Amino acid sequence: MANESMGALEKALTDKKNSGRKLLVPYINAGFGNWVEAIHAVIDAGADAVEVGIPFSDPIMDGPIIQEASQKALEAGVTPAGILSDLRRSSFEVPLAVMTYYNIVHHAGHDRFAKELAECGVAGSIIPDLQLDEAGEWMKSARENGIDNVMLAAPSTSPERLRRLADNSHGFVYGVGLMGVTGVRNSLAESASEIARRLKEYTSKPVLVGVGVSTADQAIQVSRIADGVIVGSALVRRLLAGGGPQGAFDFMSEFRKALDDK
Amino acid sequence: MSIMGAPSASGRFGEYGGRFVPESLIPACFKLEEAFTQAWADQEFTNEYHRILTEYGGRPTPVTELRRLSEQLGIRVLLKREDLAHTGSHKINNVIGQALLTKRMGKTRMIAETGAGQHGVATATAAALLGLDCVIYMGEVDVARQALNVFRMKLLGASVVSVTSGSRTLKDAINEAMREWVASVESTHYCIGSVMGPHPYPFMVREFQRIIGDEAVVQAGEILDGGVPDYVVACVGGGSNAAGTFAGFVDTPAKLVGVEPEGGAAITHGIPGVVHGMRSNLLQDDVGQVLEAYSISAGLDYPGVGPEHSYLSSIGRAAYATANDAEVLNALQILSRLEGIIPALEPAHAMAYVMREAGKAIPLGSTVLVTMSGRGDKDAELVARILGETS
Repeated sequence: MANESMGALEKALTDKKNSGRKLLVPYINAGFGNWVEAIHAVIDAGADAVEVGIPFSDPIMDGPIIQEASQKALEAGVTPAGILSDLRRSSFEVPLAVMTYYNIVHHAGHDRFAKELAECGVAGSIIPDLQLDEAGEWMKSARENGIDNVMLAAPSTSPERLRRLADNSHGFVYGVGLMGVTGVRNSLAESASEIARRLKEYTSKPVLVGVGVSTADQAIQVSRIADGVIVGSALVRRLLAGGGPQGAFDFMSEFRKALDDK
Repeated sequence: MSIMGAPSASGRFGEYGGRFVPESLIPACFKLEEAFTQAWADQEFTNEYHRILTEYGGRPTPVTELRRLSEQLGIRVLLKREDLAHTGSHKINNVIGQALLTKRMGKTRMIAETGAGQHGVATATAAALLGLDCVIYMGEVDVARQALNVFRMKLLGASVVSVTSGSRTLKDAINEAMREWVASVESTHYCIGSVMGPHPYPFMVREFQRIIGDEAVVQAGEILDGGVPDYVVACVGGGSNAAGTFAGFVDTPAKLVGVEPEGGAAITHGIPGVVHGMRSNLLQDDVGQVLEAYSISAGLDYPGVGPEHSYLSSIGRAAYATANDAEVLNALQILSRLEGIIPALEPAHAMAYVMREAGKAIPLGSTVLVTMSGRGDKDAELVARILGETS
């Protein structure tokens, strides 16, 4: 695909990938703790983009850690509009992608939500319960507003579907590292490298692996094939334990160093 | 073509339904759709399904004319007796179908969500009968209020997982079962208990439940000298007993009425939304967070509803009304005293509507068929406690 048609998320990640850098995308739960500061902290630590979770009442793709942070954010009364206006008030040196569930988008309306994201400087969207066959309307609105909608590919996805997913994914392609929901795992699943390898056959877009990438060592391992990693639960666990922005900075610095040194 | 025919290729009933699940589950949804479509057209499969429901499940269930109640209300009330099916509710119809399908797909394990525990008990029963492993997800709040059903499930060999996330009720049990399904989809079938979830579940569960309506339309015809009832009424939480009942009457002149609990009335009070794999009416707040449902009956405590009900409502083929907790308790006592039938709290909603509307929305002299989706034993303790406190 020609460079001109890329959105800001895909362009930033593709340029860095082409420079030989392995990509690091941390996940931060919006509305929980000092979350805007936490975003700045992980950017300072070397994040190439940040995934910002807008909490939803029924997050079926998330395990206990992200559920807990989402629940706390909801109990604190955060709303999608409030989160977006907090983002608008700050400026970030790397692109942001929001992660949320489809009812939040559906309720707002596709065009309205896409416009709001764009107005608040958000470059991408990740909606794990909006799979390719249902995503047409949202992809259109997102495209028209310059939002890169990232598709997720799973270990169970068929080859034919993997190709279509990669073609329709913008920003990057999200390889789900294992058959399961988000959470901290002791070891990297074999399926993590396998989904990266399979996706790389079909696309030159950045291929990032998330779900079950919990340590710097695991990040190095999967990045031998993948273009980088998404780190969610392992980071959120530190924030839940009271680590704050400094804890997030320290933890992501480990990943950055490991990925740069490998 | 029936108004309740097959959904579109994308699983839509009108603009409702679909398949809103994580990518990991998509192959399993395709495989299930294919397996169900083939099985349902395979006479060997349908024979086995009917054989088990007859020899083991107690089908056909009778239709009882409620003479004393009819006299009192001035309308003629017929009751389709799913309370007499094995395990005490209509849930057995669906789980026998899905358990047979689980084996046909070469899977060895079923997981299921449950609210009141009726679907959990039914699933554990079918798993025991067919030699499948079984894990039931149940909200912590429901585990506490349905202790007897938890014990029944364990007795039947199932494991029961108490779900502590979110509101700790049915919707959270569904979330947790879906999360578990993502991780175990290779060996495990998710036996959804109502006409909800991603395609093909709403369609498949309705087909497994249509035996209620298919039997009832013939039985009512015998009682009514070849006629059909003027009204067909069933309670709606997710809506499986109503969908199964309506399927038998949708192409007749009978008026169809679904009765929702006042505190969980997705069609009456909700707007279209997406949760648990489907687009349907949903109780949600002003930004799209899903609300908790509240009702006296755990089995109807669900903020969503099966997509086909949203469709039937949107085209005006079925009407939806509500009943509140007080009306339900009253109906339960009247039916018990006048007819010797103690209903579960869920179908007591349908009875409450009929008792309230006889001579109003339902003209005097009408004939009404009500689906008695389950028996009241499971609720006896709760009802005793409430009546003890209030009377």
